[in-house]
Amino acid sequence: MRLSSGAFAASCIAIEVVGVAIFLRGFFPAPVRSSAPTEQRAETPAPEPAAGASSNWTKLPPPLFSKVVIVLIDALRDDFVFGSKGVKYMPYISYLIEKGSSHGFVAEAKPPTVTMPRIKALMTGSLPGFVDVVRNLNSPALLEDNVIRQAKSAGKRMIFYGDETWVKLFPKHFIEYDGTTSFFVSDYTEVDNNVTRHLDEVLKRGDWDMLILHYLGLDHIGHISGPHSPLIGRKLSEMDSILMKIHTSLLAKERETLSPSLLIVCGDHGMSETGSHGASSTEEVSTPLILISSAFERKPGDSRHPKRVQQTDLAATLAIGLGLPIPKDNVGSLLFPVIEEKPMREQLRFLHLNTVQLSKLLQENVPSYEKDPGFEQFKMAERLHGNWVKLHLEENHSDILVGLGTKVLRQYLSALKTLSLSLSTQVAQYDIYSMVVGTAVVLEVLILLLLSTPHVLCRKAELDVPLLSPVFSLLFYLMFLVLSAIHVVVCTSAESSCFFCSLPWLAAAGVMVLVSALLCAIVSALVRMVVIDGMLLKKNAAHPSSGWSEVDLLLLLGTVGHVLSLGASSFVEEEHQTWYFLVNTLCLALSQETCRSYFLGDDCEPQHHFHVEQGCEGVLTHTLQDSTVCNNFKPNRAGKGPSLSEAHGGCKWWTVLASPWLVLACCRMLRSLNQTGVQGAHRPDFSHWLTSSEHKVQLSGLAALSLLVIFMLVQRGCSLVSKAALALGLLGVFCYRAAIGNVLFPWQPDNKGISKGIVEARFVYVFVLGILFTGTKALLKSQVIAADFKTKTVGLWEIYSGLVLLAALLLRPHNLPVLAFSLLIQMIMTKFIWKPLRHDAAEITVMHYWFGQAFFYFQGNSNNIATIDISAGFIGLDAYMEVPATFLTVFGTYVGPVLWASHLVHFLSSEASSGSALSRACFCYALICSVPVATYIILVTSLRYHLFIWSVFSPKLLYEGMHLLITAVLCAVFTATDQTGRTKS
Amino acid sequence: MKDTDIKRLLYTHLLCIFSIFLSTFIPSFFLDNFSILETHLTWLGICSVFVTAVNLMLYLVVKPNVSSKRSSLSHKVTRVLKCCIYFLMSCFLLHVVFVLYGAPLTELVLETFLFAVILSTYTTVPCLCLLGPNLRAWLRVFSRNGVTSIWENSLQITTISSFVGAWLGAFPIPLDWERPWQVWPISCTLGATFGYVAGLVISPLWIYRNRKQLTYKNN
Repeated sequence: MRLSSGAFAASCIAIEVVGVAIFLRGFFPAPVRSSAPTEQRAETPAPEPAAGASSNWTKLPPPLFSKVVIVLIDALRDDFVFGSKGVKYMPYISYLIEKGSSHGFVAEAKPPTVTMPRIKALMTGSLPGFVDVVRNLNSPALLEDNVIRQAKSAGKRMIFYGDETWVKLFPKHFIEYDGTTSFFVSDYTEVDNNVTRHLDEVLKRGDWDMLILHYLGLDHIGHISGPHSPLIGRKLSEMDSILMKIHTSLLAKERETLSPSLLIVCGDHGMSETGSHGASSTEEVSTPLILISSAFERKPGDSRHPKRVQQTDLAATLAIGLGLPIPKDNVGSLLFPVIEEKPMREQLRFLHLNTVQLSKLLQENVPSYEKDPGFEQFKMAERLHGNWVKLHLEENHSDILVGLGTKVLRQYLSALKTLSLSLSTQVAQYDIYSMVVGTAVVLEVLILLLLSTPHVLCRKAELDVPLLSPVFSLLFYLMFLVLSAIHVVVCTSAESSCFFCSLPWLAAAGVMVLVSALLCAIVSALVRMVVIDGMLLKKNAAHPSSGWSEVDLLLLLGTVGHVLSLGASSFVEEEHQTWYFLVNTLCLALSQETCRSYFLGDDCEPQHHFHVEQGCEGVLTHTLQDSTVCNNFKPNRAGKGPSLSEAHGGCKWWTVLASPWLVLACCRMLRSLNQTGVQGAHRPDFSHWLTSSEHKVQLSGLAALSLLVIFMLVQRGCSLVSKAALALGLLGVFCYRAAIGNVLFPWQPDNKGISKGIVEARFVYVFVLGILFTGTKALLKSQVIAADFKTKTVGLWEIYSGLVLLAALLLRPHNLPVLAFSLLIQMIMTKFIWKPLRHDAAEITVMHYWFGQAFFYFQGNSNNIATIDISAGFIGLDAYMEVPATFLTVFGTYVGPVLWASHLVHFLSSEASSGSALSRACFCYALICSVPVATYIILVTSLRYHLFIWSVFSPKLLYEGMHLLITAVLCAVFTATDQTGRTKS
Repeated sequence: MKDTDIKRLLYTHLLCIFSIFLSTFIPSFFLDNFSILETHLTWLGICSVFVTAVNLMLYLVVKPNVSSKRSSLSHKVTRVLKCCIYFLMSCFLLHVVFVLYGAPLTELVLETFLFAVILSTYTTVPCLCLLGPNLRAWLRVFSRNGVTSIWENSLQITTISSFVGAWLGAFPIPLDWERPWQVWPISCTLGATFGYVAGLVISPLWIYRNRKQLTYKNN
């Protein structure tokens, strides 16, 4: 089957999207969540089960403790308390554990062992996944049901001192708080003193129900000097004295009020032997959890070997202890020793509440919940419990009651254990199998693209895609059989849930067919490469290569460098810097090229360029294609010099020379418009200045000016009707911004109140659709009735201008200059650089891609989810509608790449001699987008236990996935346009 | 004859490298608490002066471009003045380029400018010494196959490697290692210096290795 390279690339990208989707689904497993919205408060607690007679106990049991103090010591490892260090440096706590008015556990934290998810786990009892972060659109507040929220709604007064993550997670929940930042890792004294300084006064006051302290010092010491540093001992002693102070004061208070209080000492995560955390080694996941209260009477015994529990168990225990409903998403089970001293009826009641909550969660998340052993145990225990209550209500105080009670208790405990386990394996860790399948698909596509690069760039834009032969080859069937066998083995033996196994058999088989077919295609392409290589080498001997220009080299190295930089978290955070840097360097290289070709004229005479050939041979292994590109498609390269003066007599020479500098200046201005990234985000920038309310006039002026520039630049290629539509549309954009109060109308200063601007926005939408429609019509006309070349160019330009109009509507007013400058740069580059210098399609494509990426960041985006402008999704919509809102938000975010790509389509098809340029450009675009995605997927897989996997790498992964999807759409459009061109000729 | 030329080239380059070494060590005898990182600006100035001095000295002693014609004193003076103006212009031009690359416009102006000075010292000063204030010759040398002697060839290599060094020096800036040398413009100046030194070392070796293939128009 013969395919144009554009169609080939488009289908490759489509397959790659499938691969990335499978990978993403495996990388972000769906969390276990209760479907009931958290806002519902009216829910009544589960009543006590009773067989026959109804129980009179339907309210929540009263709180066990009047006051709770939680002391969270960051990175407190279990051996700091239970090991030799604990005995040495924390004598008081060790004494309490020995003496017995306390319960000590080793709580196991789940990776990622990073503070924020661990706080969530402690307070919600669930295992947070990254998907939650996305679902909340990075709203820092914790939206899931949690103990703090329950306590707040129950009227408890809470006070917090410590890491400000808490303040962000629970805004307005604390009656008093003081957040310390963990920004300065080198500070480990001040950060804790800032917490402790409040302690005396708060303990004396006693007008609170819950006090939370989060100490960061230990974690900082760990990061600086590791777990064996002498600083650790000093810090532990400091913590011990603080705990002693709190405990004695609590005991004193207890004597007055006669109700027990609870002191909880815990760590959020451990510390590895090098002092860092984030991964899943035993040192990092083992944290101590000590509950101290005078209500406990523990028999002395195995204090040195505490029981292992889950970190999530604290939430349920805390809720029960405070007399609150258990958080809905909790997967932990109540710590039984805490309620051991209570009467049997209360014990059973507590256990019942916890089991009911867990089984409800199970019902909502597992389709076949009835077969779950935990659920069966729960049903049985509930029945027995009912019988017990009946007996109890009959005031039957016999041995039978005690015997039955213990039996029910044991039944409940084992049900809790099983339920908790099966729920936590639902959330599971990374779903490695799906990730591997996704990666395999993506890599195969990438290899296929890379293997066909020489073919596409050298010879013709058509590819022989052997579709039938691989399907009938032996390799294909063998591969398919092996994959199926692996699939069956993996799916039957997997203990955790796996997305790829839960797919219907047909879909899974389809993916496996895809994988094996791709492999066969790669093999055949490889064979063809080897055969062709021999031919090429012969040919190459005949025609000496003319080498690479500096710009080519820069484009290649820049792309490779950018891909490699994705491995470092700082470079991901500051990716905009990489792109700005590359684009600037590109401009300088272009400036050098213009200078050379103007001042020196012909420079391609092959008399003495030894070093160039040398360099060429160094990378010749895969540059053969380029040498042939030079031979076949750049015959005019040698005559480039004179062409500058003769072919463009129209534009003055100095404009050509100045244009790269003008582009550079534009880029510099845009860079200072929006500060983005992590290090620069807080710096004052021009957009902040503009958006502040006292500069509204300036903002209005700038927006109007930008709209004017946009009109001037876009109207030149449009037909008359579209010109009018564009003008009205841009006017509508300004009216919309005035209506929602962003900008001022010069002629109507006393505007009536701020509206949602729905009419204005829809007015603009009408014009957008109208322009897009005319453009498409012209395009189709050029295809069907073979109209002249000009119709097609105008049609493409109209589609482009429709997109510009939509972008003008969606971008915030302070970002309108970005759009104007983007159009300006496109105009300059087209007129003074690409046309006079006659770059070939591949170079122009890569340059468009680079500029598109740079403009993605110029408009204020970053690799952080928080910078997405969601307001774009509400423009012109009455209420939230998912499909249009998503489309608009995505378009608004990716304006830069989309506009540059559509400019590329127009530019390449407007060149009369383009031939197969568009098809080749599509191939290059697909290739250059899929290289970073494929590399990034591998990087992320290997860095999945990195400290910043959630905060830095995961959002970037989502951005990459989205970018690939957009690229797929763009490639499809490229191919469609190319088809229209093809049928015409 | 060629081998002697290459030997001379090597010695001059070693002298240049030595001057950079001196600029890091000599000032500590005269100035208290001098170090490259902490008193970076002082070092930049001293290094620039040292390298310029050595280059001028070498130019006067070695006289690589034999073709310089006899000329009157006034001609010489205008030539020197022109060179100074060219040097200043290159400093300002580089400063503008740095700002375009994202250097702060209003803050750290002195730092940026001294970076421009040191980079011009590594690139413009040798060009001026060798080629004189003649823009056409510069363009010829820096186009693909315009070199006409090993001096020009080595000039090409050292200049390009200084620029590449400065370019690469910008990469560590966004990293969050919090090292003192990541501050603007220290990493770039160090990168330029390393690039310059590397160019000085590499160019004689490269020319020596390829001496057979290298043929120049005028000899």
